[in-house]
Amino acid sequence: MNAAPLPPLEEIDPALSEEINSYLEEWKDKEGNLIMMLHEIQDRHGFVPREASLLLAEATGVPMARIYEVLTFYNYFKLVPPGKHNVMVCNGTACYLKGAGRLLAELESRLGISDGDTTDDRLIHLETVRCIGCCGMAPAMVVDHKTLGKLNPTDMAGLIEGIRKREESGNDQ
Amino acid sequence: MMPKTIEATINGMPVRVPAGTSILKAAREVNVRIPTLCKHEDLLPTAACGLCIVKVGGSPRMPRACATALEEGMEILTHDPELTEVRRATLELILSNHPNGCLTCGRNLNCELQTLAGDFGIRQDCMPRYVREQEPDASTGSIILEFTKCIKCGRCVQVCQEMQDVWALSFLERGINTRMAPAGDIGLADSPCIRCGQCSAHCPTGAIIEDDETVTVWEALRDPEKFCTVQIAPSVRVALGEAFGYPPGTDLTGKIYAAMRRLGFKAVFDTNFAADLTIMEEAAEFVARFAHGKGELPLITSCCPSWVDYMEKRFSDFIPNFSSAKSPQQMLGVLAKTYFAKKQGIDPAKIYQVSIMPCTAKKFELERTEEMYASGHKDVDVALTTRELARLIKQSGIDFRNLPPASADSILGTYSGAGLIFGSTGGVMEAALRTAYHKVTGRNLEKEAIDIEPVRGLKGIKSAAVDVDGTEVRVAVAHGLGNVERLLLEVRRARDAGEPPPYHFIEVMACPGGCIGGGGQPYGVSDELRSQRIQGLFDGDRGMELRFSHENPEIRTLYDDFLGEPLGEKAHRLLHVRYKARPTYQK
Amino acid sequence: MINRQVKEEFERMLGNVGEEPAGSWVRVGMDTGGIAAGADRLFTQLREECAEAGLLDTAVLRAGSFGYAWIDPLVEVRTDGKPSVLYGVVDESVATRIVNEHLSGGRMVDGHVIAPRRRGSSLDQPVTAILVQDTSCEGGDKSLFLQSSIEDELKAHGLAEEIQVVRALDMGIYQEGLVVQLLPSCVTYTNVLSRDIARIVEESVSRKAVLDDLLWTRKDFQDRIVLRHCGNLDPESLDAALRAGVYQGLADSLAKHGAEGVIEEMKASGLRGRGGAGFPTGVKWQLTRKSEAERKFVICNADEGDPGAFMDRSILEGDPHSVLEGLILAGYAVGASKGFFYIRAEYPLAVARVGKAIASARKLGLLGKNILGSGWDFDAEIRLGAGAFVCGEETALIASIEGKRGSPEPRPPYPSVKGLWGMPTCINNVETLAAVPWIIVNGGEAYASRGMEKSRGTKVFAVTGKVRNPQLVEVPMGTTVYDIVYNVCGGVQDDIPIKGVQTGGPSGGIIPEKFLETPVTYENLQALGSIMGSGGMLIMDENDCMVDVAAFYLKFCVDESCGKCAPCRVGGYQVLQLLIKISRGRGKPEDLEQIRRICTGMQKASLCGLGQTAPNPILSSLRYFADEYNAYIEGGTSYARKRKRALAEGKSLKEAV
Repeated sequence: MNAAPLPPLEEIDPALSEEINSYLEEWKDKEGNLIMMLHEIQDRHGFVPREASLLLAEATGVPMARIYEVLTFYNYFKLVPPGKHNVMVCNGTACYLKGAGRLLAELESRLGISDGDTTDDRLIHLETVRCIGCCGMAPAMVVDHKTLGKLNPTDMAGLIEGIRKREESGNDQ
Repeated sequence: MMPKTIEATINGMPVRVPAGTSILKAAREVNVRIPTLCKHEDLLPTAACGLCIVKVGGSPRMPRACATALEEGMEILTHDPELTEVRRATLELILSNHPNGCLTCGRNLNCELQTLAGDFGIRQDCMPRYVREQEPDASTGSIILEFTKCIKCGRCVQVCQEMQDVWALSFLERGINTRMAPAGDIGLADSPCIRCGQCSAHCPTGAIIEDDETVTVWEALRDPEKFCTVQIAPSVRVALGEAFGYPPGTDLTGKIYAAMRRLGFKAVFDTNFAADLTIMEEAAEFVARFAHGKGELPLITSCCPSWVDYMEKRFSDFIPNFSSAKSPQQMLGVLAKTYFAKKQGIDPAKIYQVSIMPCTAKKFELERTEEMYASGHKDVDVALTTRELARLIKQSGIDFRNLPPASADSILGTYSGAGLIFGSTGGVMEAALRTAYHKVTGRNLEKEAIDIEPVRGLKGIKSAAVDVDGTEVRVAVAHGLGNVERLLLEVRRARDAGEPPPYHFIEVMACPGGCIGGGGQPYGVSDELRSQRIQGLFDGDRGMELRFSHENPEIRTLYDDFLGEPLGEKAHRLLHVRYKARPTYQK
Repeated sequence: MINRQVKEEFERMLGNVGEEPAGSWVRVGMDTGGIAAGADRLFTQLREECAEAGLLDTAVLRAGSFGYAWIDPLVEVRTDGKPSVLYGVVDESVATRIVNEHLSGGRMVDGHVIAPRRRGSSLDQPVTAILVQDTSCEGGDKSLFLQSSIEDELKAHGLAEEIQVVRALDMGIYQEGLVVQLLPSCVTYTNVLSRDIARIVEESVSRKAVLDDLLWTRKDFQDRIVLRHCGNLDPESLDAALRAGVYQGLADSLAKHGAEGVIEEMKASGLRGRGGAGFPTGVKWQLTRKSEAERKFVICNADEGDPGAFMDRSILEGDPHSVLEGLILAGYAVGASKGFFYIRAEYPLAVARVGKAIASARKLGLLGKNILGSGWDFDAEIRLGAGAFVCGEETALIASIEGKRGSPEPRPPYPSVKGLWGMPTCINNVETLAAVPWIIVNGGEAYASRGMEKSRGTKVFAVTGKVRNPQLVEVPMGTTVYDIVYNVCGGVQDDIPIKGVQTGGPSGGIIPEKFLETPVTYENLQALGSIMGSGGMLIMDENDCMVDVAAFYLKFCVDESCGKCAPCRVGGYQVLQLLIKISRGRGKPEDLEQIRRICTGMQKASLCGLGQTAPNPILSSLRYFADEYNAYIEGGTSYARKRKRALAEGKSLKEAV
């Protein structure tokens, strides 16, 4: 069992409750809405908080069992908060062939974490993703929604440094 | 229009089956067994294990026999060297993902995977073993989830989600990391689990087993300070024999009593007696509500602890409808430590009460609320399932088959046919109607009307209108919790609309078939087996002189000497409970 | 019989849209690839600089992608009355030059022009510009020499002022020496030598005579049906789509063909599902049409998951209205009332553009109640995938929309009988649907006239890997792998010899170099141990390691296995362990036997296509490159270390040692 205990329903932040109700309002009459509402939750929070799942289960009657079955089946959904900055290494075939593995290995050793993990200070989350469709720029990465292409392992140090510097200077851009 | 019957050949043998029959089932018609680890007769095919592959015509493809309907003119080949080789490879894959601890497994000698490995003559580990470490979940005290032994066949999940509509079990993650887990990845005790144990009854391996308490019972029996008593539930007697080579449905009451005495129990009671008592209280409740307007209708039975738990979590608006009468197990427990103790002059603190139940939830019921301590002690100390009893007997060296029968102890051992049929779906209803009829009309049902056929059988929801002296009593019976929602929604709708209730009396048992199909019964459940066990109970009832709970002489004595009136003050204190709404998700 | 009301309604709709405004425009290719390469910044920059330069009547527009992924970002420029010019690798400074030189000055920007793929054969119109490029790889680039030589020659003829000579970035012709293209006629000369320059100017430019000995007559291999609008219109504008002829097929169908007529046309076209399995689309539609039910559904499968394939994304981003039209037509043909786009959540731009397309189509009455006055109701919505490759499998996709784990179910029943919420459902891939409107407008025969044998029409491929010009190509079925790699995509990167081409992604296999001349058809690829798949085409060179690639693909399938059935769940894992063991130099000869054995079990006993085809890349590489496996087994750990080092450095084994 991996999950943390949940507070009783009545102790959950009413703002979250309101938020879930707004998704419900938008989606309740539409078929095939569960995954769409989970997307909405993740879009807002960066992950799907356990409390949100519970509220959704209570509001829709969809059992928690089903919600967690879905959340853990699909790669896209996260159950824990992601790092502040997201470093995604494309592992499509083109990038793989052109050295995505070397980029990943370099990042892993520099950040001291493995694929799919977040640094202890929760600053940087590292993951490999399926083809991002920039095969012409292989090997490619997406760092905080910005796509970078034709990268070398030697570029990685500067990239991490850049994130840390921006963080220190308080400039998210 | 589809033809009603299909003609095809299986291994060259002609076969005729109804349209829609799977190849797997059709093959049995010609005495061909296709191996499978995931398909269970109660369930839809999940097509997970991949062992039941067959060849159709000359096609190189190998569809699954469990999920493919036989079609007109098909030429099925179920066994050839290639199919066997693919099956063997698949079986080796499954074994490589399963621990090799057969000797210490709860399903040793009784495991579908082990049997298949034996049949295929697997003599070595052909692939490196990959089993993800995970501690078992024993949080419920009823059922243990041994995650590492799960072969992901999907039976338990389907049982829990579809058949029982409980949604305590689920599959999480995917690929090689796929795992069976309680809802929301929490402890089973915090999940919506109602401990019915149907998952354990359907699991092909030792991944879900009852929490074995035979050692606890042995310790009690060896303790000279303890006065060990035992009670045997109605459905145990027609199922235990399966563990000793008897045909299902064989009533072994006398042998079980004898075995209990040999094991060292100082008093042997019968839960059937308490079933008669439950009927006295419940029938009184029904008459009070039906004839005198005191309380909500329909009255809903409450002797199944899984059902009670389910209702408190999912349908708590029906609390006023629930019979407050305790289950027979708990009634017997409290009487053993009050009435029996007093009569025999035994210190109730020394009485150690063991119950033999078809059920894993009965373990949970023992401590469900503080009312389970009505005697001032824990009314029933430990509940064993039928499967555990078989083990207990085997451990003790008793030659069960050659054991001469014995009788139960009086004052808590005599029972009527009505108490006996408690173990079957519809049985509680039938028993209650027999006594309620008497209570309303002052006379017993005519001999030919005693059997209330419409509430018998394995249909998921049964309903009937029973004539009670010109007044119609509408009753409904549901078994298998997946059938309950439909029934209760019907009642709720009528209630919300201010209409008269569609039924006056509803019986619910959590397990398909009722207690005879309980989660703690011997393995290999199917509708055929359920029918045989039920037959055993109804045959017993029909053969009895005493067929009405209210005519049980020990029950009369009990009220006269100890309890007073049904629903009286003392009866209420000892034999009744209150219910409260509970959250579905504890965490 | 013609439904006049529909016809008139559609004509009125077109009338309201009107003609395309005249004047100059700049279009920026703003698909995901283009944006990743900076197209969004270019778009803003071009707007600002056009305004600063006082080019007030020059519209700055967005478009999808032509598919030229290796030279993103793309910008297309049209100045009054002249044919448009496409630029590639446009950075900030090139953009400034486009504004200053091309838009303001009327002269093309040197070094960035992508030549039109049209090949002219006569010189009716006077030459206005000349494109040049050195397409040979050996020696230094002679483009500059060629450019100045022609300029000198033009000067000598007094033509230098009116005819600009521009070095092209790409001409779509490779290994053909010096190439010269005369605009606007697109007469193209190849293998031009110094001595030909005078003739070209004298005879072709001055006297409009075509030099047959130099003339390049081979048609471009690309034949853009599915990609017909990609790059050519603003994907976020319904007006632009209507002007380009989108929804004409729908109007025609509602007005005259009828549902049966649509199905007949689809059958005549020979179109087979482009998602991978290749089931005839017309038959699928008919099966769904025949199923009787209260409701029916159509679904556009846009859960493109093959790693390295981006056809569907490009189509949705470049021409969402055609796909929507295809979906509406599918709905009309099968008798559905509702359609769903099931799109990968990782494709936010495609999701946004399809969403916009649906909203604008609904607003105009192309979706919703009583479409074009025909009395037929149909609506469409988007549902997002969430990162599960297996959801490309039809029953898993349905489960996903229903809000469940994407685990496949046994078939039959097929979705055409029992699909979404138990109702008959027809699922088609993006590329399939994009071809539908073209087929309806141009006729099934026209589509079927392309291709060969049982593989008709065209197919889009995403060609990536060690290829010089990774890009999206659309070629008629039956085009050889060789032509796709060498004559469309410019051959192999760095001129390292090609080892093979993987088609069908993780479900496919490798086509070794010796079979490159094979015409691409469903049957041919299958015979070679691969599959057509959705259209990923990965080029591998001699330095790539087949054991590694097989493990890469298998790992993908292991990660993406739904975990439901044992052969796929455990089989994939066990084979992967064996491959890893071998690639570490710890394998034994009997491991190969065990791999074959488990793979056979997976192929035969897996429930769905993912598990059944996951062994393909391994079995295929074992078939053609068994020596690479044996080298690891025989060479042991020291060989494995050397091989690993060579791979890490991108070198051949020899170079690394």
